[in-house]
Amino acid sequence: MSLTPAELTSSVTGGIGTSPQRPDGNLKVRGEFAYASDLWHEDMIWGSTLRSPHPYARIVSIDLTEALEVPGVYAVLTHEDVPGANLYGLEHKDQPVLAVDVVRYQGEAVALVGADHPETATRAMKRIKVEYEVLEPVVDMETAADDTPLHPGGNLVRHVPIRRGGQAPTADVVVTGRYEVGMQDQAFLGPESGLAVPAEDGGVDLYIATQWLHVDQGQVASALGMPLDKVRLTLSGVGGAFGGREDLSMQVHACMLALHTRKPVKMVYNREESFYGHVHRHPAVLHYEHGATNDGKLVYVKARIFLDGGAYASSTGAVVANAATLGVGPYEVDNVTIDCYGVYTNNPPCGAMRGFGAVQAGFAYESQMDKLADALGMDPVDVRIANAMTEGSVMPTGQVVDSAAPVAQLLKLVKDKPLPPVSTTLDLRSMPGGVSNTTHGEGVVRGIGYAVGIKNVCFSEGYDDYSTARVRVQVINGELVALAHTAACEVGQGLVTIMQQIVRTELGVQRVTILPMDTSIGNGGSTSASRQTYVTGGAVKAACAAVRDKLAKLAGGRDLSEVDLVELLGDDVVDETVEWRHRATEPLDPETGQGNAHVQYGFAAHRAVVDVDVELGLVKVVELDCAQDVGNALNPQAVLGQIQGGSAQGLGLAVMEEIQTSGGKVRNPSFTDYLIPTVLDMPPMSIDVLELADPNAPYGVRGVGEPPTISSTPAIVAAIRAATGLALTRVPVRPEHITGT
Amino acid sequence: MDFLRPNTFAEALALKAEQPDAVPIAGGTDVMVELNFDHRRPPALLDLTRIAELREWSAVDGKLRVGSGVPYARIIEQLGGQLPGLAMASRTVGSPQIRNRGTVGGNLGAASPAGDTHPVLLAGDAVIEAASARGTRMIPAAEFYLGVKRNALEPDELIAAVHLNAAPGPEQFAKVGTRNAMVIAVCSFAIALHPAEKRVGAAVGSAAPTPRHATAAEEFLAGELDWDAPKPLLDSVKRRFGELVAEAASPIDDVRGSAAYRKHALAVLARRTLGWAWQDHLGKETRECA
Repeated sequence: MSLTPAELTSSVTGGIGTSPQRPDGNLKVRGEFAYASDLWHEDMIWGSTLRSPHPYARIVSIDLTEALEVPGVYAVLTHEDVPGANLYGLEHKDQPVLAVDVVRYQGEAVALVGADHPETATRAMKRIKVEYEVLEPVVDMETAADDTPLHPGGNLVRHVPIRRGGQAPTADVVVTGRYEVGMQDQAFLGPESGLAVPAEDGGVDLYIATQWLHVDQGQVASALGMPLDKVRLTLSGVGGAFGGREDLSMQVHACMLALHTRKPVKMVYNREESFYGHVHRHPAVLHYEHGATNDGKLVYVKARIFLDGGAYASSTGAVVANAATLGVGPYEVDNVTIDCYGVYTNNPPCGAMRGFGAVQAGFAYESQMDKLADALGMDPVDVRIANAMTEGSVMPTGQVVDSAAPVAQLLKLVKDKPLPPVSTTLDLRSMPGGVSNTTHGEGVVRGIGYAVGIKNVCFSEGYDDYSTARVRVQVINGELVALAHTAACEVGQGLVTIMQQIVRTELGVQRVTILPMDTSIGNGGSTSASRQTYVTGGAVKAACAAVRDKLAKLAGGRDLSEVDLVELLGDDVVDETVEWRHRATEPLDPETGQGNAHVQYGFAAHRAVVDVDVELGLVKVVELDCAQDVGNALNPQAVLGQIQGGSAQGLGLAVMEEIQTSGGKVRNPSFTDYLIPTVLDMPPMSIDVLELADPNAPYGVRGVGEPPTISSTPAIVAAIRAATGLALTRVPVRPEHITGT
Repeated sequence: MDFLRPNTFAEALALKAEQPDAVPIAGGTDVMVELNFDHRRPPALLDLTRIAELREWSAVDGKLRVGSGVPYARIIEQLGGQLPGLAMASRTVGSPQIRNRGTVGGNLGAASPAGDTHPVLLAGDAVIEAASARGTRMIPAAEFYLGVKRNALEPDELIAAVHLNAAPGPEQFAKVGTRNAMVIAVCSFAIALHPAEKRVGAAVGSAAPTPRHATAAEEFLAGELDWDAPKPLLDSVKRRFGELVAEAASPIDDVRGSAAYRKHALAVLARRTLGWAWQDHLGKETRECA
């Protein structure tokens, strides 16, 4: 007979469905956790990167002479020193490791210095003479495709059309709008950092804070001209990622310096360099037209969406597909015409960030739903519920949503929550402007707004998305212990805890050790797309099942729940490695955008209550309540943390977070001027978690991390609109947008 | 880079005379950021944290002498009653951790137009005690700020203390930032009523190359306010005062806000803070009469 997990876990605590303490929790709270920036190696030297000051320029010459003369300098490298292919990229290999004859964005890496001290490296960098011929940058995403080509093949990275139903529909009521989304940054607190150590076999060991070890390994090996087995990566302590570590930063650079100098090389970006050292969220311009019947049923949606990919493609193609396929939101619409374009410009490169294309579309379609409600004289929640998708609904891609899609229920949950009272005491912390003492109630108007969003979970469009997990059980000191090993990156989200919980539940083993994540095991896939609990969780679960099968064989047919496993194993070790895939997806039809492109959909709804000082344009988000379906909350506390964090990041985009550029140059590369929410900006949340299991997913889980980021932003802006009566078509909403000055 | 660590203020002044390009450092909340970002590489740092007397404050006959090294957190805790405006401004500086380290002396030394305490020091007629091995001189706040990050100190001088009268009347400070805490000023405003002298101090921050008095606005109020028979302010007076404060500013468009917004916001802040301060004054008068 086969063994069920429940029979094994009766005596074990901290399995799935509970919230055990995370293994790295105490260290992090005490400030003792070693992040990548804490890496240290005897004899190591420091690497630094000379970057282009210009968004677009031809490199006329590079003179290293004076830099090489600085005492303490071990190496100064340029594109001529790249041992392998000097082009890399997540989807298209279009980005040079070091610029050759042209730089396409401010901050592009041009040369590297290895020196005995960071100060020495800085001094040497200042002595590298690069002569540039400055060129006129391409900065307008709507006209970029017809502008100066920045890459062979022109500036259109990808166009995804969606054609469903009638293409010339008419409707009783039509609303149109043009919306803009500013460039948000992941703003992770741990800056890019890594340590490359040259190995005796001629290869290199790289300790690095990243989101995806194997895709880094492939790109680094290609640039170094080495076989994969000579480039070994180990995950170091990661201080947040949110998509910003899916692309390479200094991975190749540190390895080049290490191999060149035969010394361990450490590189750490400071905060300013970090703003130039990773991709950001695509800014977007979105043109929408919604047609509906007089009773509020959507007849059609038309949209033209532009996403600014900046100088290099990164994951622009996949972001374009998301914005297109999720472009009408969680609504049933029979007639859809969407054209979504991702383009090259000379703005900072943009790629993955939490929400990945669904955020930009979400702001536009939810703004449109409010506009439609207004035009119809309907309640904004009612118009959403009238069109809400359910299980069995058909996406604009033709894909049938085949698990829970409780969109109406989520909206009702947030709507039915009691509203917060209007503050009657003068506590500055509850006022717009906070302790800056800008109002004692003067000019303050309350507004309420709603939004709901949809996000795909896991990788899409036929991508072979899998994870590898190894689980071992053995007896140590008379106790049965387990060990789990994957290459799936822990970036702060708590995957290490989830892996322990799954092993405890599946094997009934209390003590579970998680091995460091590295490339000695197979690919774990990216820590993105809300996918790790689903895919690596699925892989760990499957590896546990394989271990159980082995144990059952050892038991020779006896019922395992009645066997003393310590005795059964003795000195034996059971060690199983499994590669696990979610169900396959299909590519999109390039003409019509039809296809079963996504694995799973996740939904969240928010109600925002804001107080706006309408005279000063300052906003206090009073309440930001959320309802989300998570399929099965494997770790309820971590689920709430994800929903709070995602909502806070959405709040940031709504009212403050933007990398401002001018002519391709970043104007605010610091936390002085790139503002992220503080505890006085982010209210405590009331959260309803639904657990409507997805039968296709391990344990029925549904990706959690991204959906709350999507609906938070439009709910807050809707609330500000309600308070001010203004159209507010751009995020982040700045005080000037409210005061009109 | 040399790191000079004097134990006494006299020693510090001697070192500063020897090395005028040594940058004084107390809380380090501004200097260290500049060093970390490689925006500044002074040949020497002059550490003032060992000098106990800089961290002391004293009050004699309603006159306060606040050592340049007194951190904001202590100003809020210990001086809120006597220097309410300075305490309000201190409360808006950075985070609790920054307020534990940052000092008014540092604010003055950096002389950033966005420094939070400057408008309060101007409105309250503060005097800066500058010391050098040559002696001590007193610089009125109105003469202290010379330009963007430039002040009236001689190269061999250090800020010893700030002198202020215990607030003779209500004071208010307000600052606009695009976040509800831990934010640099887009613009700021301070007002201080001086009932005995029948006048008002008003100053703007982060809205001109230096913090500055709103002189026309001060003069306007001196003519409008009836100190002997105080009554609620007319809305038109508050509005005119706001306009004059806005006119005192010469802001720029930058990444933090537009010039037009800064002027608009200053007018709103001036109007509101005047209302609060006058209301306080009325309350006091009423209580005293009763």
